[in-house]
Amino acid sequence: MKTNRRKFIGGVSAAALLSGSTAAFAQKKYDDGASDTEIKIGHCGPYSGPASAYGVIGKGIDGYWKMVNDQGGINGRKIKFITLDDGYNPAKTVECVRQLVEQDKVLTTFNILGTPSNTAVHKYLNQKKVPQLYVATGASKWGDPKHFPWTMGYQPDYNTEGQIYAKHILANVKDAKIAILMQNDDFGKDYVDGFKKGLGAETGKIVKLVTYEVTDPTVESQIIQLKDTGANVFLNIATPKFAAQAIRKVGELGWKPAQYVTNVSASVAAVIKPAGFDNAQGVVTAYYLKDATDKQWADDPELKAWTAWMDKYMPSANKGDANYVYAYSVSFLMHETLKRCGDNLTRANIMKQASSFQKLRVPMLLPGILINTSATDFYPIQSVQLARFKGESWELFGNIMSAEST
Amino acid sequence: MAASSRKWLLALVAAAFVVPLLQPLLPDAVSDYRLFLVSTMMIAAIAVLGLNLLTGFNGQISLGHSAFYAVGAYTAAILMDKLDCPYWLTLPAAAIVSFIVGYLFGLPALRLEGHYLALATFALALSVPQILKYKWLEDLTGGVQGIVLSKPEPPFGLPLSEDQWLFYYCLIVMLILYWAAANMLNSRSGRAMMAIRDYHIAADTMGIDTSLYKTVTFGISAAYTGIAGALSASAIAFVAPDSFSFFLSIKFLIGLVVGGVGSLVGSIVGGIFYVLVDNSAQALSTYVKSDLGLQFDLSAYTVFGILLILLMYLMPTGIVGGVTGVIRRLRRS
Repeated sequence: MKTNRRKFIGGVSAAALLSGSTAAFAQKKYDDGASDTEIKIGHCGPYSGPASAYGVIGKGIDGYWKMVNDQGGINGRKIKFITLDDGYNPAKTVECVRQLVEQDKVLTTFNILGTPSNTAVHKYLNQKKVPQLYVATGASKWGDPKHFPWTMGYQPDYNTEGQIYAKHILANVKDAKIAILMQNDDFGKDYVDGFKKGLGAETGKIVKLVTYEVTDPTVESQIIQLKDTGANVFLNIATPKFAAQAIRKVGELGWKPAQYVTNVSASVAAVIKPAGFDNAQGVVTAYYLKDATDKQWADDPELKAWTAWMDKYMPSANKGDANYVYAYSVSFLMHETLKRCGDNLTRANIMKQASSFQKLRVPMLLPGILINTSATDFYPIQSVQLARFKGESWELFGNIMSAEST
Repeated sequence: MAASSRKWLLALVAAAFVVPLLQPLLPDAVSDYRLFLVSTMMIAAIAVLGLNLLTGFNGQISLGHSAFYAVGAYTAAILMDKLDCPYWLTLPAAAIVSFIVGYLFGLPALRLEGHYLALATFALALSVPQILKYKWLEDLTGGVQGIVLSKPEPPFGLPLSEDQWLFYYCLIVMLILYWAAANMLNSRSGRAMMAIRDYHIAADTMGIDTSLYKTVTFGISAAYTGIAGALSASAIAFVAPDSFSFFLSIKFLIGLVVGGVGSLVGSIVGGIFYVLVDNSAQALSTYVKSDLGLQFDLSAYTVFGILLILLMYLMPTGIVGGVTGVIRRLRRS
């Protein structure tokens, strides 16, 4: 097509006019869900159903925004936090998220919980161009800005953590014979995939892998099977209740393998104490959050601030539940993201701010772990530190380890 | 009486066809989200209709209809995902597969009555999500990750949004299935089904092949629920084992009892009721807490439970039974 001079000049002047007008209104820009007085944030999580133990995360986040609002909100705007129950049913999550986006018109979704639930709305939110920020799942697929530029994870992914254990075993255990207990779902599989990736050519060292279902009453028979293989390494990929049962049973059987337990089940109050301190000596895990029940943080200013918040906004809650630490830290990151958006509260700007953190310190993360994101790096936390259980608390050792793979 | 109720039914159907077209006029009242919600109500209604054929008209109890729903949903999802099958073709396929599964399950169910049948179907509901995760089937079902699908697009370039089309799609399927069920129940076979429900031995002596009728009814019931599952796979555009937990069976059962056991209209009402109350219970519980400022931490299910108890107390024969009872009493006076 030939561009004649008149068209060209017309085009240029129109462009100049447009850019002029955007400059004039650049101070305040809003998408749905944001105004001079309010920012609407949507969330859904399992307040009922099989995963309702995670429902406390939503309550914790709600408490965090109450604190923010009591302190005057973000840049003068109050947070309206709308949280819905999806019962850990992905079909219901679709309903809830559509309600949040189309009916309640939230500016952004935040920390939707569960891998299947997030998968169900992944495409939808990206089509609608609504941020799906800091999702509460450790699956590795959330950091894919090329295909899903509106979705971002938060915690270190399971796959990476699995690789880190594999590397530690290869470096520290001679003639390793590895026995694995795995929860039969996406959580378990992601860990095992990462673990195998970390072993590389040495996957033959896995002598046995047994699974259990979340609905099983105990994992005792699985542990007996694993012990009978004569393995000298035990990788415990289980959620808290089962991880505790496994550690206890290993102790009772007098089996003495090098034990690894996943970060999901590293809580002293929920796992180690019920399993018995004696049985848990020497168990290794990877950490990225501070454990509030761990005495080594007793005088830590961040922990004190967290405790004060818990006392004021979550008075009846159990402080031993690590989910509240999680909720607090992830909400802080969202808080910081919105703060940095200033008066430009558009969905695009939220994603821009979320993907340009450099060395941000988030309270309750381990010292030395910082948030780094970029337009190509949608994994906020990629570092963990190994810890060994000693006495009545976890003793961190080695350096902060970051994943090279992701 | 019959003629006037038919007029009402036709008026309702006509209204249902017109409402989505009002979207340009009333964008807030007829939003895509609301249409989607009504579509899920219709899907639930079809599933409850299937259960009603079995429980309400044939007297067999099932706690396992979430399993047939899952079979239908996965049949549709696998056909679309692996074979690029058009979405509308998945409905007959899901119906056939669910019918076969239901029929086969109906064979051992012949030996089980009442509570025993309830337990057997309960086991079915529990096992299906696990089977879907089984490693030999994983390549097909996607295991725990499930299968991500696309939403059906309006055909012939019709100027409808995806949700408007989904609404019509569900509405048409529901009407066809309703019409088929009504005709079946009005026929000789339908009367045989009900005779078995009312008095098994008498039905036998009258020359009804009770075992054939019972197994075929199981199959048809499963097929209806399977079609609902296939529709839901299209509507949600995602299937995963977690969507088909045992609680889904309870949901159908609640819809059945609340709508009215042994009433076709009741099935539709029951499906609508469940989705509606499930959603509003939560709104109500947050309203009580944050707007009224009462310090009751009522969970949504508590509210739901209270509503159910009230309803069962006031209308023990379901909504349809209760409403017709009231109308009858008003006419008499």
